[in-house]
Amino acid sequence: MKTVAFNRIVDAVRDLCVRAACDLPADVLDGLNNAFAAERSPQGRAALSHCIDNAAIAATERMPICQDTGTAVFFVTVGSECRISGGLLGDAINEGCRQGYRRGFLRPSIVGDPLFDRKNTDDNTPAVIHYDLVHGDSLTITLLSKGGGSENMSALRMLKPADGKEGVVAFVVETVAKAGGNPCPPVIVGVGIGGTADTASLLAKRALLRNVGSHHHDARFRELEEEILRHVNTTGNGPQGLGGLVTALAVHIETFPCHIASLPVAVNLNCHAARQATVEL
Amino acid sequence: MMHSLRIPVDASQIVSLASGDQVLITGRLYTARDAAHQRLIDLIDSNKPLPVDLAGQFLYYTGPTPPRPGMAIGSAGPTTSSRMDRYTPKLIAESGLRGIIGKGNRETAVIEALKRHGCVYFAATGGAGALLGKHITEARVVCYEDLGPEAIYELNVVDFPAVVAIDVRGRNIYVDGPGEWGGRKQEK
Repeated sequence: MKTVAFNRIVDAVRDLCVRAACDLPADVLDGLNNAFAAERSPQGRAALSHCIDNAAIAATERMPICQDTGTAVFFVTVGSECRISGGLLGDAINEGCRQGYRRGFLRPSIVGDPLFDRKNTDDNTPAVIHYDLVHGDSLTITLLSKGGGSENMSALRMLKPADGKEGVVAFVVETVAKAGGNPCPPVIVGVGIGGTADTASLLAKRALLRNVGSHHHDARFRELEEEILRHVNTTGNGPQGLGGLVTALAVHIETFPCHIASLPVAVNLNCHAARQATVEL
Repeated sequence: MMHSLRIPVDASQIVSLASGDQVLITGRLYTARDAAHQRLIDLIDSNKPLPVDLAGQFLYYTGPTPPRPGMAIGSAGPTTSSRMDRYTPKLIAESGLRGIIGKGNRETAVIEALKRHGCVYFAATGGAGALLGKHITEARVVCYEDLGPEAIYELNVVDFPAVVAIDVRGRNIYVDGPGEWGGRKQEK
């Protein structure tokens, strides 16, 4: 049995918040550079060059890549042989988030009551936390800093099984096309297919964690990812929705078995400032 | 076409701006997001004066990150403009705004107000807040400090890059851009 101290998790999460905010992952930056090479629209190229220059400024000057430092969405994998001493894991993550956003000069973007008071909690807590229980003694924490502009363009549709592949393609492409410039394209398109309404939504979010340029292990879904990407990139929305050839950097599909009557499909978009960071304890 | 704009921008230069033109903006402007808009509209509805005189001014939809010590501001890119759509026609009509900077398309009622009152809607690059923050040399909270990042700030910007998204004739890059590029494929 491995023991991880509460305060060690707090410190690790605090650093994770700042790292995610300031360091654009290498696969996303590669995606932006490839997009710049492929883009022909002048406005699209100008926007992409801003995005690429922005990543360098953020990394060297430790300025957040985007002022919307996001909802802190944590994906936590806990081994059955790992225990936390000194407090609850969720409390440690929230304390790390609080310290990271305050000390790292990140923007607090969470309101405590979603409808009536809408008063800022001033430290970006509470975080959204998803747990996975696995064998072994590992503790792995991934932070997805999820901006509001892209999250607001999420969509869920409970398709009929008879809608099939064509129905899935049409729904995803329609969702990206309608989002226009709002989610800060070029986007990463997360698609969750199967499960229940809640599972599909979480799958779509999880799909955003995959490296840009990675593919589904099942060849049929890999082809579906490529087909949707081709369609999305001929909408003409382009970078920032100003018109162009690169509307998405990637389409990632994740799947789960589902009910005989159902074909749930969820779409979760990530902006080009697709920020995430991982720590293993 | 590239324009250098110095705020306050006179009416003839506003009219010369065409959807798709690149601009570099210099001067003082104000920030406001959803919560600040609600307060401004509440004041207009109750016939009270606004806390800032927006006549001839530019409004920037942003909620910056806190500045590190010694810096004017943190990261400060545009937020999605459509959340302000329900407030914008009245705000333009009542305040005399000359320019708005944000990101993303606007509703028809906003476009009509832009045309009627000679106001231009600019798009800055969303998700480039570190780069855009470097073009902001001064920042101070003017009012609504209790809103935190949603307070109204006065900013001094220098060569702040943006594109004319919707001009005073109502030409809209969010319609024309995808219209021009839609259906075309990337070369391998």
